[in-house]
Amino acid sequence: MESVGMDWTAIQTVVWTLIKIMLLVVPLMLGVAYLTYAERKIIGWMQVRIGPNRVGFQGLLQPIADAVKLLMKEIIIPAGANRGLFILGPILAIAPALAAWAVIPFTDTLVLANINAGLLYVMAITSMGVYGVIIAGWASNSKYAFLGAMRSAAQIVSYEIAMGFALVGVLMAAQSLNLVDIVQGQAGGAHQWYIWPLFPLFMVYLIAGVAETNRAPFDVAEGESEIVAGFHVEYSGMAFAVFFLAEYANMILVSALTTLMFLGGWLSPLPFLPDGIVWWLLKTGFVLFLFLWFRATFPRYRYDQIMRLGWKVFIPITIVWIVVVGAMMQTPYGRFFH
Amino acid sequence: MTYMTAIFYFFAAILVFAGLRVITARNPVHAALYLVLAFFTAAGLWMLLEAEFLAITLVLVYVGAVMVLFLFVVMMLDINLDKLREGFWDYLPLAGFVSVLLVIEMALILGSRHFGLEVMGTPAPHPADYSNTKELGRLLYTDYVYAFELAAVILLVAIVAAIALTLRRRKDSKYIDPAEQVKVKRNDRLRIVKMPTTPKPGAGEEGA
Repeated sequence: MESVGMDWTAIQTVVWTLIKIMLLVVPLMLGVAYLTYAERKIIGWMQVRIGPNRVGFQGLLQPIADAVKLLMKEIIIPAGANRGLFILGPILAIAPALAAWAVIPFTDTLVLANINAGLLYVMAITSMGVYGVIIAGWASNSKYAFLGAMRSAAQIVSYEIAMGFALVGVLMAAQSLNLVDIVQGQAGGAHQWYIWPLFPLFMVYLIAGVAETNRAPFDVAEGESEIVAGFHVEYSGMAFAVFFLAEYANMILVSALTTLMFLGGWLSPLPFLPDGIVWWLLKTGFVLFLFLWFRATFPRYRYDQIMRLGWKVFIPITIVWIVVVGAMMQTPYGRFFH
Repeated sequence: MTYMTAIFYFFAAILVFAGLRVITARNPVHAALYLVLAFFTAAGLWMLLEAEFLAITLVLVYVGAVMVLFLFVVMMLDINLDKLREGFWDYLPLAGFVSVLLVIEMALILGSRHFGLEVMGTPAPHPADYSNTKELGRLLYTDYVYAFELAAVILLVAIVAAIALTLRRRKDSKYIDPAEQVKVKRNDRLRIVKMPTTPKPGAGEEGA
């Protein structure tokens, strides 16, 4: 009888976890939907246009209309495509983008899984996102898609190294891989945030984040003016929408990680104001705004310039700054870093 | 059968299946993807052994980087499997001999004498605040520091050698120096020429 009791608690845990996952994923998907709306509006304003304004008040129902349209459309599978992998591509793109959210804390108690190796877990899971792109590009059996996939693979592998080194600096400063501990290491007001002592790493992480998510000005994987739409040129309907969801979920993820590691997460910038999720949302929203701002401002990088920036600029900067942080921590000035 | 055992057999079955498909899949891209699945499942098994750091690093390094580059190459190759399979029966005796040797060697090391249940018991479950990463780091930089540093130096030599072997400077390729591009001033590129504006005889009247 005891084993039955054990099973019952296990089932309860599983059901409760599933409910929590839904509570995380549904707002995330809503966030993704309205991020596309925000993007179109903000870029519209930056280019002195109005942006979507037809569906609902001020165009607020536009993302819903887009989703419904994409759901109704047929998913066309090209005749020469590798059927199984063609379907697997979008799934492998969205799964890591959602799985990484398991360890992202919103406040010190509001977190799905507060695990010790949180930072490592995020890095490992996000490093798998590239498979969706590569498999989609290869399985489409199309030159443009394949070119996009190759570009994306090289780019993501290159920038992952710089990104990883930037995170090494953060974990040296926080002396922990646990995301909650990393944020709590920045307590005490805006001057305690890791953005100040780790400013070069912050810049590298932010720019590498833009490159990792294949966003402009590093969007050579899509490059609509050169290779049509890159890896997802053969996708239509919901299969295409899933790539879209993955890209925007990854954008929010990188913004959330930047917030947690460099901008103090849910901590308030002024010590006398209460901490709370509202700060988390504001800071993440600000970093997301930067993503959109970049897209409206910069022209696309040339491919060799992207590679040069990743390997010859960012990786040396991060290595030098890791040595600086390590040396400083041995001196009395080490308190600036933790 | 406890929950953990069930999970172990589930992962083990996937791992064996994926491993078999790596060598039997006809399409090399499929084989590489099955290898990815095998690595990922192996990481899951390591996680069951309470080796979070190693499990996550396996995913990060092998699944996230090595296999991506592997796929990158495999996708670009045009591999004709029938041609590759031509010499199968000729090589079988040699391959069989090597495989038998491998199995014997592994049995000697991984046999129950060293890795049996009485020697290597189930790892004790650690409290939630136990950091696997910290313990591993401490061991690497204290007890095994010389071996660790040696391995690092050997890897560095390998990196330098790999780059030196493939580095070639092409005379005909036009390099761009971004620093010079940024530094360039108007006077380096542009010359304003003052020209007299007297019209040619017979022309210039029509435009007016």
